[in-house]
Amino acid sequence: MIRFDKVTKRYNQGRDALRNVSFDIDSGELIFLTGHSGAGKSTLLKLITLIERPTHGQVLVEGRNIGRLPRQRIPAHRRQIGMVFQDHKLLKDRTVFENIALPMVIANYAQREIRGRVRAALDYVGLQNKETHTPAMLSTGEQQRIGIARAIVARPKLLIADEPTGNLDPQLSLDIMNLFRRFNEVGVTMLIATHDLGLIEQLGGRLIVLENGEIKAD
Amino acid sequence: MVKLRRTEELTELRMLRTVNNYLIRHAQNCLGALGNMVRKPIASMLTITVIGIALALPSALSIIVRNGQALAGGLEDLRDFSVYTKPGVSLGQAEDLRTRIDNETVVRSTQFISASEALEEFRDDEELSDLVRALTDNPLPHTIVVRPTLDAQPATLKALKNLLVQHPLVDLVKLDTEWVQRFSAILDFARRAVWVATILLGGAVIIIIGNTIRLDIENRRAEIEVSKLFGASDGFVRRPFLYTGFWYGLFGGILASLLLVLSMWLLNGPVERLIRLYGGGFEPFGIDGRTLLTIFSIGLLVGLSGAWLAVARHLAAIQPRV
Ligand SMILES: Nc1ncnc2c1ncn2[C@@H]1O[C@H](COP(=O)(O)OP(=O)(O)OP(=O)(O)O)[C@@H](O)[C@H]1O
Ligand SMILES: [Mg+2]
Repeated sequence: MIRFDKVTKRYNQGRDALRNVSFDIDSGELIFLTGHSGAGKSTLLKLITLIERPTHGQVLVEGRNIGRLPRQRIPAHRRQIGMVFQDHKLLKDRTVFENIALPMVIANYAQREIRGRVRAALDYVGLQNKETHTPAMLSTGEQQRIGIARAIVARPKLLIADEPTGNLDPQLSLDIMNLFRRFNEVGVTMLIATHDLGLIEQLGGRLIVLENGEIKAD
Repeated sequence: MVKLRRTEELTELRMLRTVNNYLIRHAQNCLGALGNMVRKPIASMLTITVIGIALALPSALSIIVRNGQALAGGLEDLRDFSVYTKPGVSLGQAEDLRTRIDNETVVRSTQFISASEALEEFRDDEELSDLVRALTDNPLPHTIVVRPTLDAQPATLKALKNLLVQHPLVDLVKLDTEWVQRFSAILDFARRAVWVATILLGGAVIIIIGNTIRLDIENRRAEIEVSKLFGASDGFVRRPFLYTGFWYGLFGGILASLLLVLSMWLLNGPVERLIRLYGGGFEPFGIDGRTLLTIFSIGLLVGLSGAWLAVARHLAAIQPRV
């Protein structure tokens, strides 16, 4: 589903954030991406979501070289992907419902369908009674679960998470990771960048280790 | 076969639904933009007031100029004019003619300047006196200055003038055109000034709306970034702001119309007095449907262009940072 072929990413100033990185990810895989701070984890994810473009090499998603995707085609590409962020990026002035609904609104779903799926997603993360709350009224763990509900509501084929448990205590982290695993079990490809080696051990799955922009272990 | 038909129908249904969702989304954006404005009533009202005044001003000027033109047109036939006799017409014949003109109902008064009186005037002129003294006989005609009544109908006056032009004793009927020319030069200038004011104020409104929407974009930066992360197209992100521009333009237009109606109402008394003074020679020109339509169109145009400019300049700059 995803193929990196000798990918190098050099930011305008400084050294290579990624150097000659190659790997393949099959559909339905659960992959953890780890490595020291500054190793290039976030950079790698940004190349998939087209927040950044590769300097050399090819990034292929479902056989298409997205490094060359014209700007107007980026939105359609991103609608295939669900994203979870360390700082959850929920909109403060919107209710939980509106936050989760956003990807479906963007994808032009009917109001009725949105309502049903948002409730299902809330159910899935166990926060069905928080629909009308605003993010500020929720705990950090709850906020992150809302972020996950938003990432899965439009049923993406690929879910990308950058340090989704970075701000959470171990128990909450485990809860979140279990959510991810359940989602992976229904066939969604998952790519999760994390420092939390303990969790990776508990959950199992493929591990890609980056060091100074190069793949150290796969 | 049946199955194929069903697939086609399903595709059609899905397309219809997509279009339907799209229209609903537009309606939501449209009302949402309105809701955002209502949530900041004072700021919105200030912006709308500035737009309204800026739109009303050139319209008011334009109405004044158009009235001036109508007035000038109406006055054309109400002014004094001079009747010059042919050479060789005797004093008696000329005075008879004067009495006949004087008896016309549309004529308020006449003034008679005989040829010799006219020559006398020339003689008093220092530069011309030598020339006049060299003349053996008087080459000047008798002149009858005709002053029409204030309530003279332009058509009757015109008929009188035509009659006089054809009269065997009359050489020439001459309108006193100088001040009308001056007046219409002023009107020309005013008309151009209205254009300049319209363009300048229109530009100002575009800038005001552009700036308001720029601030709006700045305030909703997080929302724009997150939307782009979840695959929002440029159109999707742009739409709410364009609708905001649309509302500002629309409300600005409505306010401008109200201001115009109000000021026309205030001007009503003086205008009517003016008309009475000129004997109803012209139809006053107020606000009609066309003027309102123009104001609304300009308002909407200016609102949308201001929004478009702001969006084009500032939205592309907002890219998600993770
Ligand atoms: N926008 C940028 N401009 C310049 N350099 C950048 C940019 N983003 C990242 N870098 C550099 O690229 C390298 C890799 O950064 P990246 O964010 O991918 O690391 P990371 O593995 O996600 O680290 P962390 O665990 O701290 O999040 C770092 O040296 C970083 O300074
Ligand atoms: Mg990172």
